[in-house]
Amino acid sequence: MIAFILRRLGGAVLLVFIISAVTFLIFFGLPKLAGTTTDDMAARFAGKSPTPEALAAIKERFGFDQPLAVQYGNFVKAAVTGDTYDTGVEKIDCPAPCLGYSFRTNQSVTDQLVDRFPITLSLVVGAAVIWLLVGVSIGVLSALRRGSLFDRAAMMIALAGVSLPIYFTGLLSLAFVVHQWGLLPPVSYSSFADNPFKWASALILPWITLAFLYAAMYARLTRAGMLETMSEDYIRTARAKGLPERTVITKHALRASLTPLLTVFGLDIGLLFGGAVLTERTFSLKGLGSLALDGVVGSDLPVVLGTVVTASLFVVVANLIVDLLYGVVDPRVRHS
Amino acid sequence: MKSRPRILAASSAGVVLLGLGLTACGGGGDEKTADGAGFEAAVGKVVNPSDKKGGTLRMAISSDIESTDPGDMYYAWSTNYVRLYSRMLLTYASKPGDEGRKPSPDLAEGLGVPSADKKTWTYKLRRGMKYEDGTEIKAKDIKYAVARTFDRAVLRHGPSYFSNVLDAKGYKGPYKDKNLDNFKGVETPDDYTVVFKLKDPFTEFNELVNFSGQTAPVPQDKDKGERYGLHPISSGPYKWEKDYQPGKGGTLVPNSNWDQSTDTNRKQLPARIETIAGLNAEELDNQLLKGQIHVDLAGSGVQDNARKSILTDPKLKAQADNPPGGFHWYNPIDMKVVPNLECRKAMVWAADRDAMWRAYGGDVGGEIATSIMPPDVEGREKGTDYYTKAEKGYKGNVEEAKKSLAACGKPQGFETTMIYREDRPKEKGVAIALQQSLARVNIKLNLKGFPANTYTSDQAGSPSFMQKNNVGIGTFGWLSDWPTGYGYLWALSDKAAILPSGNVNIAQIDDPQINEAWKKSYTTVDAAERAKLYNMIDDRLRSQAAYMPNVYAKSLLFRPSTLNNVFFHKGFGMYNYSTLGVTQ
Amino acid sequence: MADKSKRPADMLDGAPTTVEEPGRPPTSFLEVRDLRIHFPTDDGLVKSVDGLSFKLERGRTLGIVGESGSGKSVTSLGVLGLHNRRNAKVSGEIWLDGNELVGASPDQVRRMRGRNMAMIFQDPLSAMHPFYTVGAQIVEAYRIHNDVSKKVARKHAVDMLGRVGIPKPDRRVDDYPHQFSGGMRQRAMIAMALSCDPELLIADEPTTALDVTVQAQILDLIRDLQREFNSAIIMITHDLGVVAELSDDILVMYGGRNIEYGSVDDVFHRPEHPYTWGLLGSMPRLDRERSERLLPIKGTPPSLINLPQGCAFNPRCAYSELTDGKSTVERPELRETAPGHTVACHMAVERRRRIWADEIAPKL
Repeated sequence: MIAFILRRLGGAVLLVFIISAVTFLIFFGLPKLAGTTTDDMAARFAGKSPTPEALAAIKERFGFDQPLAVQYGNFVKAAVTGDTYDTGVEKIDCPAPCLGYSFRTNQSVTDQLVDRFPITLSLVVGAAVIWLLVGVSIGVLSALRRGSLFDRAAMMIALAGVSLPIYFTGLLSLAFVVHQWGLLPPVSYSSFADNPFKWASALILPWITLAFLYAAMYARLTRAGMLETMSEDYIRTARAKGLPERTVITKHALRASLTPLLTVFGLDIGLLFGGAVLTERTFSLKGLGSLALDGVVGSDLPVVLGTVVTASLFVVVANLIVDLLYGVVDPRVRHS
Repeated sequence: MKSRPRILAASSAGVVLLGLGLTACGGGGDEKTADGAGFEAAVGKVVNPSDKKGGTLRMAISSDIESTDPGDMYYAWSTNYVRLYSRMLLTYASKPGDEGRKPSPDLAEGLGVPSADKKTWTYKLRRGMKYEDGTEIKAKDIKYAVARTFDRAVLRHGPSYFSNVLDAKGYKGPYKDKNLDNFKGVETPDDYTVVFKLKDPFTEFNELVNFSGQTAPVPQDKDKGERYGLHPISSGPYKWEKDYQPGKGGTLVPNSNWDQSTDTNRKQLPARIETIAGLNAEELDNQLLKGQIHVDLAGSGVQDNARKSILTDPKLKAQADNPPGGFHWYNPIDMKVVPNLECRKAMVWAADRDAMWRAYGGDVGGEIATSIMPPDVEGREKGTDYYTKAEKGYKGNVEEAKKSLAACGKPQGFETTMIYREDRPKEKGVAIALQQSLARVNIKLNLKGFPANTYTSDQAGSPSFMQKNNVGIGTFGWLSDWPTGYGYLWALSDKAAILPSGNVNIAQIDDPQINEAWKKSYTTVDAAERAKLYNMIDDRLRSQAAYMPNVYAKSLLFRPSTLNNVFFHKGFGMYNYSTLGVTQ
Repeated sequence: MADKSKRPADMLDGAPTTVEEPGRPPTSFLEVRDLRIHFPTDDGLVKSVDGLSFKLERGRTLGIVGESGSGKSVTSLGVLGLHNRRNAKVSGEIWLDGNELVGASPDQVRRMRGRNMAMIFQDPLSAMHPFYTVGAQIVEAYRIHNDVSKKVARKHAVDMLGRVGIPKPDRRVDDYPHQFSGGMRQRAMIAMALSCDPELLIADEPTTALDVTVQAQILDLIRDLQREFNSAIIMITHDLGVVAELSDDILVMYGGRNIEYGSVDDVFHRPEHPYTWGLLGSMPRLDRERSERLLPIKGTPPSLINLPQGCAFNPRCAYSELTDGKSTVERPELRETAPGHTVACHMAVERRRRIWADEIAPKL
């Protein structure tokens, strides 16, 4: 078991390295193919009409002129052993895992990640609770009343939920719920520890918006899983034993049909912990997603790398946890 | 100024449906327009004049502030905003109308006094000016602030005028060279005198000093290099409560060591000023229209949905202004890619100016442009139309275009690429209008869109890219650094302005007449004489068909009724921020 | 099927159809009367079982044989009341030990399931829940009908596993189905089915998923257990070999109906229906070369929505011309050709017997 976890973690580290290297290549390689010079890259960070001296200074500062391998090596070295950061006036110690300093805001990327994660965490956990409760119950009810009016209505709404983009549902709900009807305060983030009620009330709308999308997906998945499970032989066996229908559904059908959902849920949560970009952007929440987007838009390599590495770590770890949980839930895949 | 790429990019995410909902929510209908001072009321005069103190002023921006370091910012709204916590040697007068365009003394007792050869400019500091911690502001602090701007690796965003014009051979900035005495570009004979030494004569040095935050004093022992912007030391009416948090925002609180009696350009009315960065553009408009946000910091106007709401609701419209924001959206024609004047003329002749103007939203969006300099530039003349007519309904002149093509030796037409910012629907609209109207004379434009965040550096700003990809024409917008012909035109037209990256002389024009006129302007003392030179350069740019005029942008600005002392400031091209107050 | 009044009046007890009045409790332990199980679908009404009747006594085994889709499994599920009332229309009567099941409330039937009647399913791997231990599944089956503590139930589960021949039952009781071999799983399945001493045991292809040696063991086990519990068994299979081993009587189904019924001896040695001949002909036998096999049933099972006119088997029947044209017009009724042996065929009895004796039997 321990060996299994260690092996998987080792694989995770390797994967993160590969992902960061690929990100590096995309960041530098793709623009290069499109004809972007290192001068052009430097010019993105310079003011208007930058002189060649200014561009040279920026290139040197960010190391754009060094070979890619050296730049990547420096990144890895800083991540593993830490680094010092020169503000021009003083040298700041940046302990491992040092992901560098933003080209735009000059802030430590690690600090920013730590600062922003609680926001994404709050958003995703709240939404996940809602979408699991709502999505799974609707999916189960729909499956049990397959073909009924409820089932058709639920699946219609679910189809809408899956198809409508978050920036549409989000902006629409903001315009009506907050601005027109004034039912909820404007969306913002405050610490859960300070005031749980305020924390929740200012996040309800993004929770619901994000949960709407996922609840729709989970309702469809649950319904499909339930329908499949209900036609399994072991459900017939359970009935043949004389079990009441309620026991058949809760104990036999639900457990089996929710297990595959675990994998999906783990991946979704892992991905979203890395940043719920659209939701964060729509509701102006300053989580990892908006940080990543700012990084990409601002050609801010350290921020891009930091957020990508973090997101991939979340996905990898979530996968590992799912695999371990799967062993608990499904005895067939239990690891010795 | 760079053309606010991040801000305008956000407008493309508009959801049309929302406009309907918002119109409904704002439409009080039967209510009297009691609290709106009237459409365009803040242009030319002050709306809600009041010295009422207290309340929280809430400002927001959909992107982020490029930097809060006064020496490291370039956007017009940044230098407007920085006046809340920084004083400079000179600054724009906080006045509505044309007076707002002029430099006025701030920390200095008066405007700078040039030597006879215009190579030495001397400023006298007021005495007793203080930082937020109570220490006095000295001449050496301004010298240090200017010295900082020499290190382009640390202060990357700000203007580079000082390092370009000051006579400080080989000086690398105070981070690489800790001894400030090695910086010869600025001298401080005593604590209250600042003397700038220029390499070459330059007559608009006061304007240069005036327009940016780079002469805001920085105490050397408080400088944190790249990270100084996270908590700059205040010399203005407000100071930072805590560090500014990039991407999130920060709060300004009154600075008790600032003295209203020494400062005619600022007020200290709100008890708090909160700045929110990264607020979704649509949401920002929603909150602005409801008065929950008082100021859209970017100052470039509301998005399409809010625009619809404002224009269709008289009550909202009475709280809005529609002044020219200082931008001219024009179309540079690369003279290296289309070297023959007749061919360029054909492009201008064929252009459907009416459709191009409509792409920018018609009357509310802007005015059809004649000169390259926009109207609010000092001494600017309307100029003659070359190969076009700046009129609504003018669809181009196919006959003339064909004649020019024949004269160019390409009666069968030619093919070139046109680039634009793909995330800006208006630029795309212009590109399509041009593509269609030029197709009438068999000039085939291949349209290519690029992301706004690389457009000015990698594509339009890169002459090698333009040539390699046969890019004959593009879209571009430009705002002057300061409202004179030099501030607007120099980077577009001087040979010396052509740069390998981040280039603004996109036409790559290298014209002996223009180069000569620039040289002459540096020693021409009389502003009116200089304006003549500038108008001549402008005329030349158009007669050479190097730049195709398009639209002088107008912004639709909204001022909630609770906002006091609001007026449109011509120097910044938006409301002035340093005097605002709020009614709770 | 013709209506009840048209049935031949001379049927003997034990015959698949009965003269007894509908609604009156029978004397047999299990009696199915005119059972119809229809499924309305978008394509039409699927008549999976259409007028089936039979009787079964305690301690006896009835084999129901037929191809897939002949209605045999639907019948067994119908007896257990496992059809969803929303998508299946069930009519007729099922009398089990004096209780009528078709008209009973779902909950009444549920209470009888597992206790009075139990089922062994075809594929024990899919028929057992993969997430629960074998023991837990037996315990669950036992406790639902017996108010005992978990501890007692577990002991019972271990006993049951021991009785069906699982070695070290006290340890294997905590294993999961996938940890069992195929044969062991079927034993466990049987243990689960028998955990409440059901009087009626339905085994639906209990050995199909198993390899040959294990098949024999399982059949032995079922036989032994029947002796021990004195249960009535319905053995559903397409494999006549299994039936031959285990059954007392055989019911051959085709197109949702009974087409031949009789004792094992009757059906194996004196079969009269051409379809039965086909089944016998396609039976693998160890004492023959496969190539000699005769009479594979040509064609495919009929659509249960549109059964062929007349005799449902006529399109596949090699002797349909020998019916004076009746086979495509009239549905043959079950007629007793010998005591306890009924057949539904238009051919004259003598002719059938002659064909069997002259053409079919020598080749088998």
